[in-house]
Amino acid sequence: MSAITQRKQDALTDRLASMTLPEGGAWITEARRAALARLKSMGLPGPRDEYWRFTPPDTLNAAETPEAAVLDHGDETPVFSDFDRLKLVFVDGVFRSDESSDLTLEGIEIERLADVMSTDIHWAKDLYGKLETRAQTPVARPHAALNTAFATEGLLIRVTGKIAKPISVYYRHENATSDCYMHHVIRLEPGAEATVLENGPAAARFNKVMEVEVGDGARFHHIRAQGRDHERRAVTGLFVRQGAESLFKSFTLTANGRLTRNEAYIELTGPDASAHIAGAALGHGDFHHDDTVFIRHEAENCESRQVYKKVLQKGATGTFQGKILVERGAQRTDGYQKSQSLLLDDDAVFLAKPELEIYADDVACSHGSTTGAIDEDMLFYLRARGVDKHTAMDLLVLAFVAEAMEEIEDEGYRQELVGRLEAWLIRRRQE
Amino acid sequence: MLEIKDLHVKLEEEDKAILKGVNLEVPAGKVHAIMGPNGSGKSTLSYVLSGKGGYVVTGGEAALDGEDLLALEPEERAAAGLFLAFQYPVEIPGVGNMTFMRTAVNAQRKARGQDELSATDFLKEIRAKAKELQIDAEMLKRPVNVGFSGGEKKRNEILQMAMLEPKMCILDETDSGLDVDAMKLVSEGVNALRDAGRAFLVITHYQRLLDHIQPDVVHIMSDGRIVKSGGPDLALDVEKNGYADLLVESA
Ligand SMILES: Nc1ncnc2c1ncn2[C@@H]1O[C@H](COP(=O)(O)OP(=O)(O)OP(=O)(O)O)[C@@H](O)[C@H]1O
Ligand SMILES: [Mg+2]
Repeated sequence: MSAITQRKQDALTDRLASMTLPEGGAWITEARRAALARLKSMGLPGPRDEYWRFTPPDTLNAAETPEAAVLDHGDETPVFSDFDRLKLVFVDGVFRSDESSDLTLEGIEIERLADVMSTDIHWAKDLYGKLETRAQTPVARPHAALNTAFATEGLLIRVTGKIAKPISVYYRHENATSDCYMHHVIRLEPGAEATVLENGPAAARFNKVMEVEVGDGARFHHIRAQGRDHERRAVTGLFVRQGAESLFKSFTLTANGRLTRNEAYIELTGPDASAHIAGAALGHGDFHHDDTVFIRHEAENCESRQVYKKVLQKGATGTFQGKILVERGAQRTDGYQKSQSLLLDDDAVFLAKPELEIYADDVACSHGSTTGAIDEDMLFYLRARGVDKHTAMDLLVLAFVAEAMEEIEDEGYRQELVGRLEAWLIRRRQE
Repeated sequence: MLEIKDLHVKLEEEDKAILKGVNLEVPAGKVHAIMGPNGSGKSTLSYVLSGKGGYVVTGGEAALDGEDLLALEPEERAAAGLFLAFQYPVEIPGVGNMTFMRTAVNAQRKARGQDELSATDFLKEIRAKAKELQIDAEMLKRPVNVGFSGGEKKRNEILQMAMLEPKMCILDETDSGLDVDAMKLVSEGVNALRDAGRAFLVITHYQRLLDHIQPDVVHIMSDGRIVKSGGPDLALDVEKNGYADLLVESA
């Protein structure tokens, strides 16, 4: 074993030293054991790993949870509070039934992983850890395997119809050393439609996996706001498999957070499907945000779109690794990828690794990655009309992220997040 | 209203003098025009007055109603009543024209200690003024100047001026790119704003605009200085004979 591999194994041994696989029924135990075996063959990420060169994995790997102060939100209401929704609350990774809505809703079955773990058979068996496994090639995702092996909380959601209300998952962080694994499985039966909202910082260190199967003709919208706690860390995996004529749209807003690694793996397995994934990340100071996205086109005539915007300053780092893989036979693929950063001073860093890998001949794929500063002419034009410098900068920042925000199809949710962002920009100036 | 005394300006990036002692006074209620060859410093003067970066004032002064303009931030100059209609209006993708104008109007009202306009009052006003300039409602919804034709951009400048009601208006080649009808519209817009408490400085190359917006005084700028001033006839002279004779005369 090479020294590098040895270090990855040592990190894993360290991490697992005081952990034991949770008890459960046959289906979950099988999934957990398989995940642990996968994990052991990979080790934890090291700084030399191809997809970890931009992001130091040590604090995500560490056996001891790095502390993260809990932010006092004052009288600020949590994101999405004003929407009619089915609300599910987790505090430091633990479900709170007293704060959550009743889980029954027409066209959807919602169960907690903690409640069905002891059963020997469950529909989630076909997806739990299975989509994660598919996402492990060609890029290893050890934290996701760790999650599959050790998570005891999460939601198992089966959507059979068109859901009247969004499912709103609210994660609260109250404990400065909480280390939490959360594993959601969502299956949309053919033709079903649902929207899942997520908000909040979840824990001092949050490891989340969300596996989503979007059946033929089904439509899924995912909108997430990762909270604005400054010190929290998160590694998340969004693993998706889409059937024919399905739609998957996911948007993530991240403002603050010491370290965020958002991975996504989307597989388009049936023709005429469409996958959109987008994000806006804003940070200053001790802020590191990483989007690592992999989209695999396996069927004909599918469309995929990635739009990522980052606004960085005062030492903040943003990274983007995005790949479009078009398999042989995935003719008439339309793939689009855009990742841009706006650096508000000279002391911020943006690292990007855009990739295209194409094995079909009739495809249209494009990618573009840019880094820029505030446009002085635009800034002057606004100021010459009487808009003060800070407000003018905010307008230009909002304009910069607008293309990503536009990926939120529903006007109401978009307005909600744009409003939060405006407030965040103003608050940041006063800090 | 506007008083410029012996203004010297050089570029920040290189040691190149652009304005070499500009003297100019525009009293309230008057319209002054500046003409002059390409590159003589007309736009630079308008930028320096409105506070654009990239220039260094190496001497002289500029005041608006006695207030030292050069000491103010661009937004403070705007709040003090200075307005520049840009020779090249800037496109700002992602910022809606309407949002931009409402933010600007309310920022200036706030700076002057007035209440902000309510959304309805603002809408009513901007719709009425846009109509006069034949700017359709669709254009107001689009991002600032993005995809606007040359003439539309210039009309949008005048709309901003009409909304902001500044007291000192500088128009930098607002006529360029305008068709005959648009020129009339824009001139009417300007003339509607003419009053005893407001002054205009109109930079142009052509007599045509001055047929519509009749100036009280015409200045000729050359190589960073005002080299000649006179009545409206001076513009006619330029139109007919060009600058060559004038410049020789004044040299
Ligand atoms: N930022 C700059 N960098 C380099 N040169 C500049 C800059 N700004 C102005 N200049 C130079 O200063 C001179 C005056 O330019 P200015 O734009 O003021 O002329 P103008 O009189 O408005 O000309 P026009 O009639 O063509 O609009 C020109 O030679 C121009 O190239
Ligand atoms: Mg000019």
